[in-house]
Amino acid sequence: MSAIETARAVRAGERSAVEVLEEHLARIDAREAEIHAFNLVTEESARVQAEAVDATVAAGGDPGPLAGATVALKDNMCTRGIPTTCSSKILEGWIPPYDATVVTKLAAAGAVFVGKTNLDEFAMGSSTENSAFGATHNPLDVSRVPGGSSGGSAASVAAGFAALGIGSDTGGSVRQPAAFCGVVGMKPTYGAVSRYGLIAFGSSLDQIGPFAADVADAAALFDLIAGHDPRDTTSIVDFVPSAGAVLDQGVDGLRVGVVRELSGGPGSVEGISPDVIARTNAAVEALAAAGAEVEEVSVPSATLGLSAYYLVAPAEASSNLARYDGVRFGLRVDGATTGEMNTATRTAGFGEEVKRRIMLGTYALSAGYYDAFYGKALKVRTMMLNDFASVYDKVDVLITPTAPTTAFPMGERSQDPMTMYVNDVCTIPSNLVGHPGISVPFGVGDDGMPVGVQVLAPATHDALTFRVGAVLEAAANAGGES
Amino acid sequence: MSERITRDDVVHVARLARLQLSEAEIDRFTEQLGDVLDHAEDVESLDVGDIPPTAHPLPLVNVTRPDELVESLDRFELLAQAPFAEDGHFRVPPVLGEQP
Repeated sequence: MSAIETARAVRAGERSAVEVLEEHLARIDAREAEIHAFNLVTEESARVQAEAVDATVAAGGDPGPLAGATVALKDNMCTRGIPTTCSSKILEGWIPPYDATVVTKLAAAGAVFVGKTNLDEFAMGSSTENSAFGATHNPLDVSRVPGGSSGGSAASVAAGFAALGIGSDTGGSVRQPAAFCGVVGMKPTYGAVSRYGLIAFGSSLDQIGPFAADVADAAALFDLIAGHDPRDTTSIVDFVPSAGAVLDQGVDGLRVGVVRELSGGPGSVEGISPDVIARTNAAVEALAAAGAEVEEVSVPSATLGLSAYYLVAPAEASSNLARYDGVRFGLRVDGATTGEMNTATRTAGFGEEVKRRIMLGTYALSAGYYDAFYGKALKVRTMMLNDFASVYDKVDVLITPTAPTTAFPMGERSQDPMTMYVNDVCTIPSNLVGHPGISVPFGVGDDGMPVGVQVLAPATHDALTFRVGAVLEAAANAGGES
Repeated sequence: MSERITRDDVVHVARLARLQLSEAEIDRFTEQLGDVLDHAEDVESLDVGDIPPTAHPLPLVNVTRPDELVESLDRFELLAQAPFAEDGHFRVPPVLGEQP
């Protein structure tokens, strides 16, 4: 049952939120040991939330638009009184004194939080293997990764542990795991969803986004979490989400661009698998069959996205993660002086990938290299903004694969950072320019694992990504994916 | 091994970042950071001319709020999360006398 349908039934008194929760907890009991989607299952507080929803209904009240819908929350978002770890040892023992805005909004809507989900430490990774608490496995094939960094939330939705998932996307961390786990995942326009209470990785790139089993549920979740928040000064003041209202508008007459540089064909970046290219082409044909006007377009700077991102994101991370110094929260390892204590704490508390990114970012920002690396990467962001602006003069949306491959075997890429980073080549451009993007499942690859197709749109046109996503979903369900 | 970044660079950057690396980590990071910087050659070698930098995707101006007292988080609740706190303050080891 979809989250929307569950909420309708719970509000109407046809189903109890406690009963809905128990079904999800039973599935967690059955499979969590082999999947490890959660850092913490919040069974007790979930029961309290579900009972409160049922009590409101019994008293004739309305518990809210997501009444009784179960939510899996990525463990880099603050929950008052409940540990929040970022899957890092450095936040050991830390209990947030406040809720993230998304948590406040979802609680007010009647949602029930089943747990805090695993991630690559501080959201740095594409496989959820870089967690201090062990890797998450793909529910569709536990020998494979679920993608990352929001792998725990994606796996939770795919395994039926929760109807909805919340992730964060800095370079593809919602969309790529959604593709790998065969669910819908969306990165909103930068500033559409409040980042208050999201533990920072790359502050000019991070955005919270929804996971769901279908496009309609993802749209409902997006509409609920989006909107201005005075506590996040980068949130867009006049943003009014409207994804749910446009889902049935179709794509007749819509202009769809296929991005040459991310198409796998001539002029494209290398490494996109033939089976992924085939599914993406089938998605484009499905849109054409639904009345869209398709043309190939060029975003020349898209080929520079990967390099620019792996300078900008580590640079911002090195600055953001300077706060973990053993003074105010989490781990402290003793030292004779404050400086020695800082170094001992960070050395013991951060995992290898986090150290690698801090090193890379510190280098890119250091004297003598700033102009050559960080400064140039910022200029590439301007080039990308200009390239996307010209393309969106000609077309309404863009189509690309979400990831170059399907979910890969665990351990396959964890020893070679660069092969891991290449995973993000199709998702990174929208983070660098702040645009929205959605990943919708569209058939399977040669290995039987799901393929995700990505729909991109200009800033603030988030609803359009869902609208096109709904058409792709309908085509896939009708068997048009092969 | 890449020559983009030397072992000495890695040791220097680790000190800036307040990380202590083992000899094996220094070797590994020298190679891996070199790989990433090799890939970034496409950005580094780009003739970007007069293109202005973009540090942030939104055209933001400063956001202010009315200068009014509002409730904030409780000081002692926050201090309770610190590894060491005393008399309403964070407590740290000596700062004076450190090497810069």
